[in-house]
Amino acid sequence: MSDSPKKQSTGPDIHTASEQASDREGPAVVSRRWLLLKAGVALNGLVGLALAVPIVRYLLAPVRKDESYKSWISLGAADSFPVGETRLVSFKNPWTQPWDGETDNVAAYVRKEGASQFTVFAINCAHLGCPVRWFPQSQLFMCPCHGGVYYADGSRASGPPERGLFTYEYKIIGGQLQINAGQMPSLSNTAKLVNIATPAKDGDCPCRG
Amino acid sequence: MPGMKQSAKQIYNWLERRLQVEGPVKDAVLHKVPRNTASWWYVFGSAAFTLLMLQIVTGILLALVYVPSGAEAWNSLNILNHQVPLGWFLRAVHAWGSNFMVAVVFIHMAQVFLFGAYKFPRELTWTVGVFLLLMTLGMAFTGQVLRFDQDAYWGLGIGVFILSRVPIAGGSLVHLLLGGPTIAGATLSRCFALHVFVIPGTLLVLVAMHVWMVLKLGINEWPMPGRLVRKETYIEEYNKLAHEDGIPFVPGAFWKDLVFSAAVLAAVGVCAAVFGPSGPSGQPDPSITQTVPKPDFPFLWIYAVLSYLPPSMETPFILIAPILMIAGLLAVPFVASEGEKSWHRRPVAVLALSMVAVSWAVFTHLAMSTPWSPHMSAWSGDTLPVKYLREATPLVRQGAVIFQAKQCRNCHSIGGHGGERGPALDAVATRMTPDQMRYKVVTGGGNMPAYGKNLAPAEIEALVSFLETLHPKNEPPAFDPSQQANAATASTGGSGRP
Repeated sequence: MSDSPKKQSTGPDIHTASEQASDREGPAVVSRRWLLLKAGVALNGLVGLALAVPIVRYLLAPVRKDESYKSWISLGAADSFPVGETRLVSFKNPWTQPWDGETDNVAAYVRKEGASQFTVFAINCAHLGCPVRWFPQSQLFMCPCHGGVYYADGSRASGPPERGLFTYEYKIIGGQLQINAGQMPSLSNTAKLVNIATPAKDGDCPCRG
Repeated sequence: MPGMKQSAKQIYNWLERRLQVEGPVKDAVLHKVPRNTASWWYVFGSAAFTLLMLQIVTGILLALVYVPSGAEAWNSLNILNHQVPLGWFLRAVHAWGSNFMVAVVFIHMAQVFLFGAYKFPRELTWTVGVFLLLMTLGMAFTGQVLRFDQDAYWGLGIGVFILSRVPIAGGSLVHLLLGGPTIAGATLSRCFALHVFVIPGTLLVLVAMHVWMVLKLGINEWPMPGRLVRKETYIEEYNKLAHEDGIPFVPGAFWKDLVFSAAVLAAVGVCAAVFGPSGPSGQPDPSITQTVPKPDFPFLWIYAVLSYLPPSMETPFILIAPILMIAGLLAVPFVASEGEKSWHRRPVAVLALSMVAVSWAVFTHLAMSTPWSPHMSAWSGDTLPVKYLREATPLVRQGAVIFQAKQCRNCHSIGGHGGERGPALDAVATRMTPDQMRYKVVTGGGNMPAYGKNLAPAEIEALVSFLETLHPKNEPPAFDPSQQANAATASTGGSGRP
């Protein structure tokens, strides 16, 4: 510890002295240095821009067209669903990574109306996406989050949702019921045509009786 | 031991010669603050900082075990809870630290608002503080996601549905939030990056700015009624106050900060030990529909607000209200940068703060009991009080069975048990005549679904005859006066009244 300071205040003094020494340059030197500094800034800006393009592209990688995420998935033989009933089915999400774990299980409600007539509902409440539960006794879907309730045909019965349940496109190929899935249904994709007025009337409509 | 003391001094000098921090630290520590600011009201900012440090330390410790992978996160939390010695305690301290941090940040903000501390020249300190609040809430939300249980999954789902309402860009925003088309491993990974790198980094930079400005501009003096802030004179007045009636920050004011911070840390520790960690709840399998998701404490009020909005208001409110709230907070110091600081002469400020506090408390309380949600298992789990069925006819008993089996109980309570979405039905017969009940059951209306399609006429008759019996012994059931008059007319042979 031979170089301990003799006085506490020497440190700051040295600092300011060196600052003063580098001051006071001639105008020519200053403008040349400033030009070089500006060139340095411009160079960094250029390189930064060149790097930013791939970085932004990387960040935006998940933003794709809805259709590119979707594919047709089989839910099993169309005959295996009883007519007039609503069944909970689950399937593997077609768009997965090995580390998705249980999150790649997706559920849907399949309602069979006729021999080849189906409605396949997303389990997500149209209000804020919570999983609705089917009660076959009262023929209602109920949401545990904010109390949205839907009739068996998916139309809004009560609560905060503005519309009925989301449905998947379906087709029957070789006796298999297939749906076009792969994306979490939400108001931005499945539900572009939201009509607030119609479902609101439904709740009061005595014609349902 | 003078030798040891001597060598310690030497080491200190060696370091100080190179670091040269003694001067700035002394300046910061010994700077004069107005005497009245050495108050127990001025301890919340430092407590928030202490909690941030606690969160960083416990967060790093949890990261030693936690696996930020969609497939493993939930399992690693259960291993932390049940296998790693005291892993549960670390999780509990981190969770309670988070609750306390959010609470202390809000209290700090309320105190600053009430004391007019945001006025000139401290406007930017407030602005940075607003962003600190947003970052704190961002930490709370992403932290909830890292728990990666059912609450986390469906909480994210709510986030998706909120973002999806944004016009045009909604779909892209959803993909960016999720890192793909669904809530999955990529979603957890990006929330981990936000929770561990992005937001804490931003928080630390903003905290440094915030504290720097507090040191440079001085701690807000105790507001006195009638002492108005004017931009031309304030700095001079403050300096005079701090120098003529001031005390050094350390130890004069700082000891209270220390004591309060210690008390808060102790409270976190006690809560953690007594109440334990939060979750994880069920595994994040979206095909499990038997779940009642609920957000963490800081977001309960939003959860409640969202259930009370009428359908037509949902999208406009969800998109516009947050922007207005944040803009309102940011505007505070620029709308009122001068003038009175004392709450004695700022009735509007006091009233606004009280209203916000009361609304927040009410909504949070409501979200704890969720009276708007059907009780999903009331129909199969809640018992009917025996007194309602004693001496009941077979038809009435049949009606009671239908009442349960058709899930009426999920929304209507009887005997204090059941849902609260619809009115309690213990005395429904005093309010509605049998005809009105029939009409209501068949057509629904208001918040009640129509049951006309799902109930056979015989079932409706049985149900209504059960509901008819639901009235207190000493209170007669409701009746239709016109029908009673008709009946009276018929029984007296049409003679009518004299």
